[in-house]
Amino acid sequence: MSFGIANIIFLAALVVAIAIFAKNVGKIRRNIMLGKDVNRTNNKSERWKNMGLVAFGQSKMVKRPIAGFFHILIYVGFVLINIEVLEILIDGIFGTHRILASPLGAVYTSAINFFEVLAVLVIVACVVFLWRRNVQRLPRFHKDEMKGWPTKDGNYILVIEIVLMFALLLMNASEANMEAAVAGPYIVSQYLASFFSGMSQEGLHTAERIFWWTHIIGILAFLNYLPFSKHFHIILAFPNTWYANLNPKGKFANNETVTKEVKMMMDPNADPYAAPAEGQAEPERFGAKDVMDLDWINIMNAYACTECGRCTAECPANQTGKKLSPRKIMMDVRDRAEIVGANIDANKGSFQDDGKSLLDDHISREELWACTTCNACVEACPVQIDPLDIIMKMRQYMVMEESSAAQELNLMMTNVENNGAPWQFPQDDRANWASEL
Amino acid sequence: MSQQSIPSMADLMAQGKQPDVLFWVGCAGSFDDRAKKITKAFARILLQAGVNVAILGKEESCTGDPAKRAGNEFLFQMQAMTNIEVLNGYEIKKIVTTCPHCFNTLKNEYPALGGNYEVMHHTQYLKDLLESGKLKIEGGKLKGKRITFHDPCYLGRANGEYEAPRKLIETIEAEFVEMRRCKSKGLCCGAGGAQMFKEPEKGNKDINIERTEEALETEPEIIASACPFCNTMMSDGVKNKEKEGSIKVLDLAELVEMAGDLSS
Repeated sequence: MSFGIANIIFLAALVVAIAIFAKNVGKIRRNIMLGKDVNRTNNKSERWKNMGLVAFGQSKMVKRPIAGFFHILIYVGFVLINIEVLEILIDGIFGTHRILASPLGAVYTSAINFFEVLAVLVIVACVVFLWRRNVQRLPRFHKDEMKGWPTKDGNYILVIEIVLMFALLLMNASEANMEAAVAGPYIVSQYLASFFSGMSQEGLHTAERIFWWTHIIGILAFLNYLPFSKHFHIILAFPNTWYANLNPKGKFANNETVTKEVKMMMDPNADPYAAPAEGQAEPERFGAKDVMDLDWINIMNAYACTECGRCTAECPANQTGKKLSPRKIMMDVRDRAEIVGANIDANKGSFQDDGKSLLDDHISREELWACTTCNACVEACPVQIDPLDIIMKMRQYMVMEESSAAQELNLMMTNVENNGAPWQFPQDDRANWASEL
Repeated sequence: MSQQSIPSMADLMAQGKQPDVLFWVGCAGSFDDRAKKITKAFARILLQAGVNVAILGKEESCTGDPAKRAGNEFLFQMQAMTNIEVLNGYEIKKIVTTCPHCFNTLKNEYPALGGNYEVMHHTQYLKDLLESGKLKIEGGKLKGKRITFHDPCYLGRANGEYEAPRKLIETIEAEFVEMRRCKSKGLCCGAGGAQMFKEPEKGNKDINIERTEEALETEPEIIASACPFCNTMMSDGVKNKEKEGSIKVLDLAELVEMAGDLSS
């Protein structure tokens, strides 16, 4: 083979695909950075270890063994089979054919054999997942927030993966009977070779080219599907676990702006009537009403979510028929970040108030107030997404900016403030029990 | 039974003494009739074991947990800083509490505001007392009783403590049976996140009923818990199922006390 028009087309396709992908990843990055800054780079060795265990090692995936097992097949298959893409890239650019075959010799055949076995396992796993979603209809894939695009998205991904794997196998199969074959036949594709029996050498060659192009163009197209899909998790799962909250789950961050205010209130020397210093920025909003009030890790969490619904399946509120679904919280954050991002794009780089917000237009108060802060969702997530942090920030907005908590909660808080207990008992009676020992 | 009473920090201070550990009673433990029984059981055990312990008494105030979980960070931090002033004023080093919510808040959220203490949940403290031989149980009155344990979220998932309560159940030689969802997958009782103080959102079931049904599947004689709020929720659930005649909801402090004659 030699350099020709095909290589120019290949190179052009590659460049265009990577350019579009980079542009869309850039937009996602911009959308994530809509969030406030947060420093979570402490304890780096622990973070690398955590990412290795949870993202690379899939340690939380296997908590549900069936899904975990088949997910690992796809994950390992995806990572390893893509090594072959390296060869495809070289061949495509330089007009070579299976350039690694002769230098690697027997190792090459073993490697392709191994990839073929993986490809079959990936196909099996994808079929199992399609079955679980569409035939078995596991409840967590059919909650309200999954209607429409999210369900289609899940199926598209699985079908595309099956198509890509078949392209790979058929490419090898069509080559099996070729006199000019540089290697093979291979362990799986030899059984598919009969599809192409009776074809002329020319025909076999054309078939091989068609599957080769299907495979690589499919990969490039799939790459560009990622930024619009839940499947983006294959990229963000890694930073998401690196930046995960490593504190005990019960430790909720203390709002530092509040700390400053409270310290001032408690300082006997503070002047309560002092005017704010000149040029002082307007105080930050307490809590979160919109995505810009969240921090960037909250928004990255949303883009890392693959909508598996383990959080929602474990949520006590959701299990008892309440509206709250932690997965929906994450999907809403992503949807809103996308809307804000599009708004910025349409308005030459600055956000024009659209009169909408994450609160009320996406996430209802009823959802937020149904949370028991039990951390089941956080525990369940295979990539350590924290929906609870977002729920808490939105509650803070409702309570501290709007004073809009339910009457019973206001009563509880008044009691805490007045008599140091959530009920109306005098603080002086706290130790009454001690006389009844 | 010891005739001693539990001193307040103010009393000890006046005598120039310092306790080894402060018993943080919590609001439920101070005021709720059911929770007060847990408080008293734990206090009696501490005195029996000869622990040098004190309470804040009238100087104790809500940790601020329900305010924080309801979203009122202001009120939480006001409570926290006031409590920290009191605790630091008495130079408290070690705290034990029967409430996982107080435990979590004191342990995890006070340090950043200037309150640094060694904080233990009472199940951890009891386990230590038994393991170190400072407390012994004779008699095995609960031997063979069928007990299941409900993990409080703020002890278990929130702080990773699953073993201490189970160790106590083992010590009293009960027949222990796990619920289907336990430890890190334990189902919430429905009280956390300030839900205790409000009506639940609209749904098709109350969370405590869901959890009680699961507990009942284990056919227990006793549902053990380690949180005053879980205790209320599970007790309500058992009453709802009209099983209160045959199934008791008890705190681990109560179980340890009931298990036999305690000696130190």
